[in-house]
Amino acid sequence: MNWAGLYAVLSGVNRHSTAIGRIWLSVIFIFRIMVLVVAAESVWGDEKSAFTCNTQQPGCNSVCYDHFFPVSHIRLWALQLILVTTPALLVAMHVAYQQHQEKKLLMMTGHGDAKHLEEVKKHKMRIAGSLWWTYVCSVVFRLLFEAVFMYLFYMIYPGYQMVRLVKCEAYPCPNTVDCFVSRPTEKTIFTVFMLVTSSICIVLNMAELVYLVVRACARRGREHSNPSGKGSFYGHKLSSEYKQNEINQLLTEQDGSLKDMLRRNPSLQEKGDRCSAC
Amino acid sequence: MDWGSLQTILGGVNKHSTSIGKIWLTVLFIFRIMILVVAAERVWGDEQDDFICNTLQPGCKNVCYDHFFPISHIRLWALQLIFVSTPALLVAMHVAYRRHEKKRQFRKGDQKCEYKDIEEIRSQRFHIEGALWWTYTCSIFFRLVFEAVFMYAFYFMYDGFRMPRLMKCSAWPCPNTVDCFVSRPTEKTVFTIFMIAVSSICILLNVAELCYLLTKFFLRRSKKAGNQKHHPNHENKEETKQNEMNELISDSCQNTVIGFT
Repeated sequence: MNWAGLYAVLSGVNRHSTAIGRIWLSVIFIFRIMVLVVAAESVWGDEKSAFTCNTQQPGCNSVCYDHFFPVSHIRLWALQLILVTTPALLVAMHVAYQQHQEKKLLMMTGHGDAKHLEEVKKHKMRIAGSLWWTYVCSVVFRLLFEAVFMYLFYMIYPGYQMVRLVKCEAYPCPNTVDCFVSRPTEKTIFTVFMLVTSSICIVLNMAELVYLVVRACARRGREHSNPSGKGSFYGHKLSSEYKQNEINQLLTEQDGSLKDMLRRNPSLQEKGDRCSAC
Repeated sequence: MDWGSLQTILGGVNKHSTSIGKIWLTVLFIFRIMILVVAAERVWGDEQDDFICNTLQPGCKNVCYDHFFPISHIRLWALQLIFVSTPALLVAMHVAYRRHEKKRQFRKGDQKCEYKDIEEIRSQRFHIEGALWWTYTCSIFFRLVFEAVFMYAFYFMYDGFRMPRLMKCSAWPCPNTVDCFVSRPTEKTVFTIFMIAVSSICILLNVAELCYLLTKFFLRRSKKAGNQKHHPNHENKEETKQNEMNELISDSCQNTVIGFT
């Protein structure tokens, strides 16, 4: 299981997301995960081996490194990305549950053939009803995780700049010792880059939240003014199918009654032939 | 998530690109990304380990390396390639949106929809016209801007494209001025020039594609204007004819229904 595996899992969620959700997912995968894998990991690759202290005292190097870098940036970002992308799985699970219910309903009503079951799997679920709540919760969790990690980052590494030199007094270092960090400027550049993309993701999540709330309020307003026009989240597609079935039935009945009338009044046959809608 | 995944994502865009766009994508993947992964990364692999300064002063090497290489060539190229290939996703999103609309029309049973199968919609190639033309042109424009910005950043940071063999460093804690030697300078120069040359080719291809799209746009416009002159309301005439026919049919239907009742 690696980033590619996570990508495979989350691509499925993409289909049931809003447009902003899809943009968010693209930003996460291309500007955060991909940059982390192809660039940032090699910048931090030699962080410990190239961390040099101005002393020959054995153990001083390790102790000072551990004191100033309790958790490496790379690991923090990896954890952040995993936790931030995982709430989308709540939505995936809910969608899977809804699809399962729809399939059961189809089988109960005698539409349980392979074609209909395939249709259930393929069609996109509307974000309405309890799915709306699950989706909103997942967005809220995403926001929460992003904010928590950004705060954690700031707490562990005050300011986002990587210093060139740290002064270390931890045992067994004799007195105060100068320790030099490897590639501090490059690390600062990437830290700022990841911070900016994290902020962009937070903005996208907030925009998505606002969009979902506005859409729900608009839908509610429509339902109040037109109470007959609501569709169940369950059988949204099914209800439209049943509607079509009803229409078909009415048409066949009408056809039958028209045919009867034509038989009774053959003079109207000619006019009837011209009517293509009948 | 690595270069392979990016290739998968961008491969889909290829279908809706112009021929120049397809050439650009090929050049990007073979002459830039592939060279970066199989060759350049090895050349720069030991850049810090083999950066040697003529001093025993601890920390001097780290500080001098950081001073002369604020961001490694490899990382700059990786960021450049990511930024340059991402505008193509705008086109991919627009195409996906158009496909979604056509699928909706198809499912509604719209008579205007000329597809027999939903699979046909999925495999259909969209012509670059209308709103898609604007999206495509914007994406090329952004590509050009990113390429230019990164080339300038490169030139600005490394004062030209040549990798020197020796650097003189006097940053603290180095005592006085210290000689520092770069690992594999000639090989790095060769690859830097190669990547710059391919980047310039990509810029040229983008400019050519932009010109091609603009020319196509103006040609199409003049053709339309010409058509309008010779056949005024040519399209509207067909629509009005259809409307008249529909009216006649509905009139006759109404008469039939009235006759029945």
